[in-house]
Amino acid sequence: MTTKRVTLLILAIIVIASPFFFPSNYYYRVGSLIFVNGLAVTGMVILIGYAGQISLGHAGFAGIGGYACALAPVHLGLHPGLAAILGAAISGALAWAVGRPVLRLKGYYLAVATLGLGILVSMVLANEAWLTRGPDGIEVPDLGLNDLLEAVGIDLSNSQFWYFFSGLVLVIGAWVALNLYDSPTGRALRALHGSEIAARTVGIDVARLKLQAFVISAIYASLSGSLLALQNKFITPDVAGFMHSIEMVTMAVLGGVGSVLGAFFGATILTTLPQVLTVFQEYEQILLGLVMMLCMIFMREGLLPSILRALRGKDK
Amino acid sequence: MKTLTALATLAALGLAGTAGAEIRIGATVSETGPAAFLGDPEAKTLKMMVEKLNAAGGINGEQIALTLYDDGGDPNKARTFATRLVEDDEVVAIIGGTTTGASMSIIPVAEDAEIPFISLAGAIEIIDPVKEWVFKTPHTDRMACQKIFEDMQAQGISKIGMISGTDGFGASMRAQCLEVVGDYGIEVLADESYGPTDADMTPQLTNIKNTAGVQAVLNPGFGQGPSVVTRNFRQLAIDLPLYQSHGVASKGFIDLAGPEAAEGVRLPGTALLVGDLLADDDPQKPVVTAYVEEYQAAYGEAPSTFGGYAHDAFAILVDALTRAGSAEPEAIRDAIEQTAGLAGTTGVVTMTPEDHLGFDLSAFRMLEIKDGAWTLVQ
Amino acid sequence: MAELMQFLLSGVTVGAVYALVALGFTIIYNASDVVNFAQGEFVMLGGMITVFAHMAGLPLPLAALIAIAGTAAAGVLLNKLAIEPARGAPVVSLIIITIGASIFIQGVAQLVFDKQLHRFPAFSGDTPIRILGATILPQSLWVLAGAIAVFVGLWAFFTKTLTGRAVLATSNNRLAAQLVGINTNWVMTLSFALSAAIGALAGVLVTPITNISYGVGIAYALKGFAGAMLGGMGSPIGALVGGILLGLIEALTAGYLSSVYKDAAAFVVILVVLFVMPQGLFGRKSTDRV
Repeated sequence: MTTKRVTLLILAIIVIASPFFFPSNYYYRVGSLIFVNGLAVTGMVILIGYAGQISLGHAGFAGIGGYACALAPVHLGLHPGLAAILGAAISGALAWAVGRPVLRLKGYYLAVATLGLGILVSMVLANEAWLTRGPDGIEVPDLGLNDLLEAVGIDLSNSQFWYFFSGLVLVIGAWVALNLYDSPTGRALRALHGSEIAARTVGIDVARLKLQAFVISAIYASLSGSLLALQNKFITPDVAGFMHSIEMVTMAVLGGVGSVLGAFFGATILTTLPQVLTVFQEYEQILLGLVMMLCMIFMREGLLPSILRALRGKDK
Repeated sequence: MKTLTALATLAALGLAGTAGAEIRIGATVSETGPAAFLGDPEAKTLKMMVEKLNAAGGINGEQIALTLYDDGGDPNKARTFATRLVEDDEVVAIIGGTTTGASMSIIPVAEDAEIPFISLAGAIEIIDPVKEWVFKTPHTDRMACQKIFEDMQAQGISKIGMISGTDGFGASMRAQCLEVVGDYGIEVLADESYGPTDADMTPQLTNIKNTAGVQAVLNPGFGQGPSVVTRNFRQLAIDLPLYQSHGVASKGFIDLAGPEAAEGVRLPGTALLVGDLLADDDPQKPVVTAYVEEYQAAYGEAPSTFGGYAHDAFAILVDALTRAGSAEPEAIRDAIEQTAGLAGTTGVVTMTPEDHLGFDLSAFRMLEIKDGAWTLVQ
Repeated sequence: MAELMQFLLSGVTVGAVYALVALGFTIIYNASDVVNFAQGEFVMLGGMITVFAHMAGLPLPLAALIAIAGTAAAGVLLNKLAIEPARGAPVVSLIIITIGASIFIQGVAQLVFDKQLHRFPAFSGDTPIRILGATILPQSLWVLAGAIAVFVGLWAFFTKTLTGRAVLATSNNRLAAQLVGINTNWVMTLSFALSAAIGALAGVLVTPITNISYGVGIAYALKGFAGAMLGGMGSPIGALVGGILLGLIEALTAGYLSSVYKDAAAFVVILVVLFVMPQGLFGRKSTDRV
């Protein structure tokens, strides 16, 4: 089997089989958060893992996706599902507009430019209170899909519905990303990651490729923001904040940014960690910081690749 | 070594959990994050009160088991912890939601699961419109605005300048103030703002100073901003009355702003700050004095208004549990709604099906800082 | 006129704070090509240790010295335990490591100290100094003097002293530096100690103006990082000018345009500057490594 099929199969098994081990409904909530984060992180795999670019501002796109679901149904009369697609379109358009100049920058300069971009978005969301109702957040209408399922006899609790729905979206998102990886664009992106100059000499349009990766990853982040807003039925500008951007990058890199499965693993670890660490109460932050540092120091390619290598031994 | 103690406590808790006869209540507050100096005294207060109650024999012979989570002020985390409290810890009531955003995220969970939720956040939309399972203890920010405008009206002030923080607290109170300001015949001539971590607000204050006709300045905000505003206000020698909000109503504010700069600042506060100045027959006096003493003894520092919110939430819950004589969420909810004449730190609470806050403007006291101490404005 | 003057003085007050933080970034970046996102935590530690040492009864100058020395030690530990072992890791891993360090230090600070806001009195009182109808607090002059002193010190260090040149050499080519006999490990230790000490100094100087609490670090780090980038990463003059410029842009925007969007204006200017001059105002041209 190809890596693509294996990855999709593993993800699908995780989504379907995990509930058999859930002691309570609360685990559906954590599970759906993992899938929502996993979707954003799949976008980071395309940006960081395939194209080799950094962004410290992708939460801005998640904010756009989330607020689209809060605002478009009220002001434009759109169905919340369509609002999520509108949000993705706006995010993609914004990424396309600013991507060209921003992506000319490298390393830390790229980091600060994307950081500024994310902060600008979160500032607009927090300050334009006439539209967004300000920093305290705004209600998001119900997607209505769960009621529809109920009407055809599938009775799921709210947490259960969002668990399976987010899981489905994640698997689709992973499928798209994996197809991209195998496509000519994907191969060109990987060439670019290896060496920008080498890629240019073999005639690859470097600027256009980077821009494509940036736009696609922005759409992933936007959809993840929409999913979060819809399942919480409430959203605040925090979703676009700096710490959320950092979280996305950290999840991807921690798990292993080279592959969709690695990044998903990172999303799982960082989403469950704060839930597990609650038993340590005031030591929670110390431990979170430690985990981030230790993983990056000792497992540079990320957790999943390091673990796999350890399992395989050194014969590879 | 402390980790070991934590683990030991954890194990003990786990064992206690199997013991049975106990009432499980849950809390999620922001012990860390940008709202930590609100959430920290809230968490400390809850821990202290649960311990004291259990030592005294609990409620109707049953012990209270408190599950407390730190949501860091992140609404998304608050929602997850609320779900966890309801689904996994199986609590019968939730206290928490330090910030309005966190409270608003907890509400759908509490409403869906039909578990009573007592919020510790300020915004009016938490209880207006009334939600069946949601109550709150702090004054609404609209009430703070009204109290301030009443005082301004009495002083003959009709034109003011505002400078608000852009954080949730400042932005929400600013919006509420702008909504009710007209009722008092007061006009806002200048409307400035600042970021929560800003180091200098003199440009904004200069603009207010240069606006012709401004008779007083109002600063809705919490955290470090208001103390910087207060110092900058004196630095620019602006000779106008300065009103702060209940967001800075704690002992620390005077030290942070500096007693000289804070001289003459007025703000609406709770009885907590002026316990010793209250009349002896004031129903809040014994409650407030006892709470301040206990907190001081337990943690070696004075409690803040925000700790008082948690105190009241817990007092309301205990009162309801005692009266309900049952630990069923439905019975607790009904009992909370029937709370009558319960003296807390913020006011004397009497709830009704139409009012899930339970007190009015009179619960606020207008305070003025004189010679580095809080005084009551008569 | 008095109005403009007040905006400028405000801008300088805030800008000097940013400049001090930005200068702290410069040394570590020069020595190791690492942008240390935990730099803001050094500012926090400087302020918090001073506050608690002062509360314990030590005189303020002694408390400040202890804070600076203690923070420098924390900087050395950060280098030894987290940065050195990660040598050669990609930029994004280094960002995560230093942010992890920042979360870790915050976690320790809230345990060791507390979560409340603190302040100690200004060094030379609170009587405003009047300049052309505008006012500035004496403490702001302390911050400004601190920023300029640190800048002059760094400039002299990097251009006039052998050790300073060794730092630059290490940054340019670590292996070559080792070959010519530079003890690069010692250079790294020194850089982190210096950088942390400068951060702590900023914390000591700034606390009477802004107050301090365990969580302020990340805000300082972001603004300082932005200031350093605006000026050009690694250049002391860039850090000084970038930081002060950032403060001025914010103050003038707050004064003349909109106080809500003053932070936005600062970031827009940074984006524009980076588009036109991708290395910042005073940055060195870097060459692509093939």
